[in-house]
Amino acid sequence: MDPLLKIVIVDENPVRAGILTEGLREAGMSQITYLAATTNLLARIYEIDPDVILIDLENPSRDMLEQMFQVSRIVKRPIAMFVDQSDTASIQASVDAGVSAYIVDGLKKERMKHILDLCISRFNAFANLETELHRARSALEDRKVIDRAKGILMKAKGLSEEQAYVLLRTAAMNEKKKIAEIAQSVVTASEMLK
Amino acid sequence: MSERLRIGFIPLADAAALIVAVDKGFCAAEGLEVELVREISWANVRDKFNIGLFDAAHLLAPMAVASSLGIGHIKVPVISGFGLGVNGNAITVSPDLHAAIAANVDGDIADPLVSARALARVVAERRSLGLEPLIFGMTFPFSSHNYDLRFWMGAGGVDPDEDLRLVVLPPPYMVESLANKHLDGFCVGAPWNSVAIDLGIGHILHFTCELFQRAAEKMLAVRASWADGHPDTLLRLIRAHARAAQFIEHIPNRDEVCSILTAPGRIEVTPELIRRTLDGRLKVSPDGAYRETSRYLLVGREAAARPDPVQGAWNYAQMVRWGQAPLSAELLAAAKAVFRPDLYDAAVGATPILPVAPADGVGECTGTSFDPDDIAGYLSALEIRR
Repeated sequence: MDPLLKIVIVDENPVRAGILTEGLREAGMSQITYLAATTNLLARIYEIDPDVILIDLENPSRDMLEQMFQVSRIVKRPIAMFVDQSDTASIQASVDAGVSAYIVDGLKKERMKHILDLCISRFNAFANLETELHRARSALEDRKVIDRAKGILMKAKGLSEEQAYVLLRTAAMNEKKKIAEIAQSVVTASEMLK
Repeated sequence: MSERLRIGFIPLADAAALIVAVDKGFCAAEGLEVELVREISWANVRDKFNIGLFDAAHLLAPMAVASSLGIGHIKVPVISGFGLGVNGNAITVSPDLHAAIAANVDGDIADPLVSARALARVVAERRSLGLEPLIFGMTFPFSSHNYDLRFWMGAGGVDPDEDLRLVVLPPPYMVESLANKHLDGFCVGAPWNSVAIDLGIGHILHFTCELFQRAAEKMLAVRASWADGHPDTLLRLIRAHARAAQFIEHIPNRDEVCSILTAPGRIEVTPELIRRTLDGRLKVSPDGAYRETSRYLLVGREAAARPDPVQGAWNYAQMVRWGQAPLSAELLAAAKAVFRPDLYDAAVGATPILPVAPADGVGECTGTSFDPDDIAGYLSALEIRR
């Protein structure tokens, strides 16, 4: 890859932008600018005059960028990556991952493909990270509510912790629900009966 | 067995027929199981539509034309057998600019020719004072909003590329940008003008139906290649939408329609805001003044849903006027071919076609008669063009 390529990353999510920047740097790219704010986006891009603009597909500023390519007499004219439909698989992969790229006309396709592949894998890595984080967070919350429900049952019915858990689990199995859901209804019910 | 389709849309009032067709069961009645996918930018709708992630899309009429002509992006021939709306935009300006225009009028400010001439005086005055050019927001380079603003400005002798600046902003950001004075005005569809008025930060200067009596706003677009492979599905889709449009235009249904449109995952504003648009009775100034029109947004009534090739030609003429496209007979023919009244007729059944007013199918406020077969003549009569 050409380390002199000027790359701009536009992303409202600083964590994902960080992951992406790091990946590009590891691949030897040195001229990377991250733009978080959408205010003055066009002015900033004019200033930097990048070869590649990477933007989150769900960023509403995409329409603003489109205008720049229509009217710009100042900046080299970047074009949307989707203009080149020859590589359908990689376009599909990038849409799935949520990356879109704008590339200055004339930039070699092979060079761009490396950058794009890297972005796709980084975007996917970020998505996985988020899913895991979400899972860990809800697991923690599940455990908290199960503990509270066990406490309520132990106190109300004079059970041991083990017995309280078995009771929750049996109810969950009978009602085809998650233990956490049963635990939540125990907690809710006990609060209503207070 | 029902057929599954995915359709991309932007949450705007003119997505009404799409949303009602799905949520009120008109699509299901035609054996279509449609998933509506809400998108945040026109570029997203276009890209996902182009690569086939969507079977059909809510497209700006000029986008459908540009896509078929291969202007500004890859060429993907698109056709439409159903118009989702005619008219429906408004030009909103900041209180400061409204006062400046009002101070410079030589007639009734409600007349777009009068307000445009006043705008020219404001522009000249600002230039002599060495002030920054005015900035107006619109939604996309290939949008009715872009052409609406340019037409209005041009009619008053203002050159939209030399005398002021036009910038693209996502509709939800328009209001915020007007409030923090990054913009002096904008042209956008519903409900965003009303949002600005309710916040007390803008005045609706004109409904765009005061500029043109008929302007195709959004289309239910499909790729020409998809239409070839799914002729029957396409007719069923058009029929479901025609029924939805009819349901929307039946006034006693309005409350139900507005609550369907504003449900979670759809437009998500208060039903009352959508109601104003459909009824064509809009609050135009923060002091509570209202303006009413029978032409604000036509969803199916007055044959609005039947695509009119004249609109293809008119949109193409705007592209040529503003330097987005070269003038050629082939491109003109391709632009007209996007609009397919034959498909609409085949889907809905032969109904007597009432004469549409105005006579030329557009009705420009400048009094020009638009001839879809003489774009060069139309353009030569215009002083400001590229």
